[in-house]
Amino acid sequence: MEINRRKFLILTTSIAAMTSSGEPSATSSPGAYDVHAHWWGMTIDIDKCIGCGNCVRACAVENSVPEGFYRTWIERYEVPPGEDATPVVASPDGGIHGFPPMQGADAKRFFVPKLCNQCAMSPCVQVCPVGATFVSPDGVVLVDEKYCLGCRYCVQACPYGCRYIHPVKKTVDKCTLCYHRITQGLTTACCEACPTGARQLADLKNPSDPVHEFLRNNKIQVLKPQMATRSKTFYRALDGAVR
Amino acid sequence: MGPTGVEGFMYPNEVELQWSILIVLYPFITGLVAGAFILASLERVFNVSAVKPTYRLALLTALAFLLVAPLPLQLHLGHPERSYEMYLTPHTSSAMAMFGFVYLWYLMVVLLLEIWLDYRVEIVEFSQTARAPWRWVYRILTLGSRNISPRARRIDERVGYVITVIGIPSAFLLHGYVGFIFGSVKANAWWSTPLMPVVFLFSAMVSGIAAVMLIYMAASKVRKVAIDMRCLDTICQYLFYVFVIDFSLEMLDLIHRVYEADESFRSLDFMVHTRLWASQVVLQILVGTVTPLVLLGANQVFKFREGARKAMYAAAGCLTMVGIFAMRWNVVIGGQLFSKSYLGYTSYKLQFATREGLGASIVLMLLPFAILWALLKLLPPWLEEKEPAGI
Repeated sequence: MEINRRKFLILTTSIAAMTSSGEPSATSSPGAYDVHAHWWGMTIDIDKCIGCGNCVRACAVENSVPEGFYRTWIERYEVPPGEDATPVVASPDGGIHGFPPMQGADAKRFFVPKLCNQCAMSPCVQVCPVGATFVSPDGVVLVDEKYCLGCRYCVQACPYGCRYIHPVKKTVDKCTLCYHRITQGLTTACCEACPTGARQLADLKNPSDPVHEFLRNNKIQVLKPQMATRSKTFYRALDGAVR
Repeated sequence: MGPTGVEGFMYPNEVELQWSILIVLYPFITGLVAGAFILASLERVFNVSAVKPTYRLALLTALAFLLVAPLPLQLHLGHPERSYEMYLTPHTSSAMAMFGFVYLWYLMVVLLLEIWLDYRVEIVEFSQTARAPWRWVYRILTLGSRNISPRARRIDERVGYVITVIGIPSAFLLHGYVGFIFGSVKANAWWSTPLMPVVFLFSAMVSGIAAVMLIYMAASKVRKVAIDMRCLDTICQYLFYVFVIDFSLEMLDLIHRVYEADESFRSLDFMVHTRLWASQVVLQILVGTVTPLVLLGANQVFKFREGARKAMYAAAGCLTMVGIFAMRWNVVIGGQLFSKSYLGYTSYKLQFATREGLGASIVLMLLPFAILWALLKLLPPWLEEKEPAGI
C-alpha cells in the first residue's frame, strides 16, 4: 500500500490520539494530572444531609448506573428511644427519589449517605483472583472491567455492600469517585449535586484541602471501624446505631 | 414496600444473592474428592488392608469428581472465557487465585500419577490384549512405558507410596483451602472463622468416605457379587470416627458463637430459627448428622446381622450425603441470607432452567457418575477382574 503525505498525517494523528486517551499520564507536563500528588477520599457531614436524593440521581446519570443498583445510596435511620432499640432503616430505591415525610417525634432520625469507602486496605482488592480490582496510586479503588472475571468474590468481601455485578457487562461495578472527573480537576457528581455540601471530595495529600480542618475540628468516625479497612470516607456526627 | 423476599433492611446492592447453588456444589464436589482420596490412602499408607477392595474405586471416584469440580465455578463466572487469567496473572493476595494451582497440583501430580502407576501393569497388558480401537487407547495410556518387570513394578510401588504420602496433605490442602476461601471473608460473620477450613476438611472426609461406600455397595449389587463385609464394617467404623470429630467441630463453632454472642449473633440466631431451620436444624443436624451417627454408632456397640448392617450402612451413607450437602448449602446460601448491616434478611429463589439453576446443578451432579462409569469400564478396579469390561 502506498502511503502518501495525507495518509501519513492521518495515521500519525490517530496514533497520537490513541496513545493520549485513557488514563492520565503519570509523567507531568505543566497542568497535567499527577497521579502521585493526590490521595482521594470523601467527607460526609450527617447533620447536613437532608435525604433529597440529588447525589444518587446525579451519580446514576453521570455513571450510567443500571436501574436497581447503586454506586451511592442514602439510608434513613430512625432510632427509637431506649437503650437497646433496634433502628428502623430504609433506603427505598437507594433514596434516589428522596424520602416521604415521617410522623411522630419520638425517634431520632437522620440520613446516612453511603458509597465506596475507598479503603486503603481494601478487602475487595485483596480477594480479587486476577487483580482486576486495584487501588490506584492516588488512592481510588478501581475495577478493570476488561479483566474482571465476574466471580463476585469482591462483592462478598466488601463489608459495606458497595459492589454489584453490572447486569449487562457481567463484571463488577462500583463507585469510582468519578475518577474521570476528579482527574480533570472537577469534583464528583454527587458532591456537585449536593445542595447542602454534606459531601465533600477530599484530597488528603493536598495540605490546603479543607479536609484537614474538617478532620481536625470534628469528631470523626468511619463505617465499621472494626473491619480495619482504613476507610477514607470520613463521617461527622455518625451515630452508633449506623451499620 | 421493599423488594420481594426481603425482611428488614438490606443494603440496596445486597438483595440479590451473589453465589448460587453452583457454589454449593463446588465445596460439595471437592469434598467428595478429598474424602475419597483419604479413604484410598488408608490402605496404601496406613496399611488398613480391610479397605483394599475400595482402594482403586476410591481413586477413580476422586478422579471423576475432580474432573467436574471446576465446572460449577466456570459456569458461575460472568466471563468464563477469562478464567485462564487466574493461571497467567494470579493475584497472590487472593485466596481464590490459588484454586487453579491447587487443582492442577492435585489432578496432575497426585491423582493422575497415582492412578497411572497403580494401573500401569494392567494398562500394558490391555494394550496387548484388547481389541482395536481400545488397544490404541491403552497404548496411549502406557505413555510409552511398557516395562512391567518385577523391578519396574517395585519402583512403581515405591513411587506410588511416596505420591500417596504427598497426596494426603494435598487432599487436606485442596479442601482446607476451599474452607479458607469462605473462612477468610471477614465481612461475613457466618463464614469468618478459623474453624471453617478444619470443619470443611473433616466434612469432606465424611462425605467422601460415605460416597465411596455407597458406590461400592451399588457396584457390588449391579455386578451381582457379594459385598466384602469386613471392608464395609471397617469403612463404616472410620466414617463414624471422622463424623464424630466433624460434628464436634461444628458444635464447637456453634457453642463458641452462642457463648461469645457478638454483634452478629442476634441476626444469625434469627436465621437459624427461621430461614435455615429446615435446611440446618432438620436436614443437616437431625437427619444428616445425628441419625447416621446413631446408625453407625449402634454398629460399634451392638452386633447386627449382615442384612441389617448393610441396610443401616446404606441408610447412614445416604443420610450423610444429605447432611453434608445441607451443610454446604447452609454455609454458602445461609451466609448470604442476612444483611451485613445485621438489620435484615433476604431469600434465595432457586430457578430451574437457568445457567445457575437446579437443572444445571443436577446435570453437574450426574456428570461425575457418567465419568466414573467410563473410568470403571476403561480401568476396572475389581480385584478379581483382569479383563477390561465391555471392551
